[in-house]
Amino acid sequence: MSDVSQPAAHPPVTDWVHDFDHTDPQWTDDPFPIWDELRAASPVVHTKRFLGCYLPTTYEAVREIANDTEHFSSRRIIVRDVRPEVARNAAPPITSDPPVHKPAKQLLLPPFTPDAMKKLEPRVRAICNELIDGFIAEKSVDAAARYTKHIPVRAIAHMLGIPEGDSDLFVNWIHMILELGIKDESKLLQAAQEMSAYFSAHIEARKTKPTNDLISYLMNARDKEGNPLEDSHVLGSLRLLLIAGIDTTWSAIGSSLWHLAKTPADRERLIAEPGLIPTAVEELLRAYSPVTMAREVVKETTISGCPVKAGNMVLLSFPAANRDPRMFPDADKVVIDRRENRHAAFGLGIHRCVGSNLARMEMQVALEEWLKRIPDFALDPAGTVTWSQGTVRGPRQLPFLLGKAM
Amino acid sequence: MAERLKVHVDPDKCQGHARCKALAPELFELDEYGNAHEAGDGTVPPGLEDKAWLAKSNCPEIAIDVTEE
Repeated sequence: MSDVSQPAAHPPVTDWVHDFDHTDPQWTDDPFPIWDELRAASPVVHTKRFLGCYLPTTYEAVREIANDTEHFSSRRIIVRDVRPEVARNAAPPITSDPPVHKPAKQLLLPPFTPDAMKKLEPRVRAICNELIDGFIAEKSVDAAARYTKHIPVRAIAHMLGIPEGDSDLFVNWIHMILELGIKDESKLLQAAQEMSAYFSAHIEARKTKPTNDLISYLMNARDKEGNPLEDSHVLGSLRLLLIAGIDTTWSAIGSSLWHLAKTPADRERLIAEPGLIPTAVEELLRAYSPVTMAREVVKETTISGCPVKAGNMVLLSFPAANRDPRMFPDADKVVIDRRENRHAAFGLGIHRCVGSNLARMEMQVALEEWLKRIPDFALDPAGTVTWSQGTVRGPRQLPFLLGKAM
Repeated sequence: MAERLKVHVDPDKCQGHARCKALAPELFELDEYGNAHEAGDGTVPPGLEDKAWLAKSNCPEIAIDVTEE
């Protein structure tokens, strides 16, 4: 794809406390020391970039904001260079505030309960093994491109009832919305339009041939008055499920394997004690939380003693909250058998990730199957690990050497 | 003889993270939306006390109370 209109690059950050920028390459590569510096400075810091944006740096400040829907709106959930008009039914319920949030959320919850995920688990296990079959004979592999990327794409495609083979299309839309869209509005709009056209065609096909999948589920859903959802609501929720279900878990599985590749002691322990994998998954979610959400300040207030003014955005960094040493002893260490872990990787309050049970199941299965079949692996010193920028952080290139002869 | 424990989920605070159900399946149940409530009247059978405390200390919404009777 040719691209003539390059968005303006941001100047490099020299003063993180007063001028932070979550798209700066330093943040993308290694955000943890930056968060520690900001947390030591204040529970809430501010930047003039992105037309004005706050960053809560402590677990407590993040919790306060997540639970305060009066002063903080979800109508904008990505911190970007521009603030165009808010679209109606952008991606309900993640872009909804009370009182419309609750019915939109309740609609999506039943297909994502732990019991529903148990039924999907055999399919995910099969997907993992098909992927491993494709590269297990090789000496080196990019685990992000060949493994972690495909598990959530194919799982959510299976649930939505769209072809798993369209996954390159989905991954490209998500890249345009979550990464390029921060600085280039046209990319975001183009992806949103293409997604709507794609799903409209699938909806149309189901009008004559109903199916047993999430698209038909949403088409047949009724509100309290017994009316079907508006078309724009169905499309918005479908866009949300596709966007939210892919990059996020791709990142979480990738960061987990990245950690295990460079930490043989943890790897050996999980191979010896597979029953510990669910506990380890929670710790890996805490230490390498992929998702940073956002809010828009709609009414002036105070957070952890810091004044917060309307018109600014808030970068709601669950990943930074999860590294707060006042909440988590040894916050900067991965303790794979951590017993007390109230991490906020899936958010806090009414916007708790609707797919958290799906993500947890995918992570557990992906790690179990990988460790069963590839107990020995390490980072390839000849390759480079790269990380995605902005809203969702995870490895996009993960070069591994496989087997004992490394 | 140890005190008898009781668990209770505050339905206004629970957001359906389902950590309690994963850690102490005997003590909690989920509704059709995946939100949790205590099983029965919340009484913790002998031997499951550890699981009750574990569920409480892993709830991100601080929605679980454990009381001694």
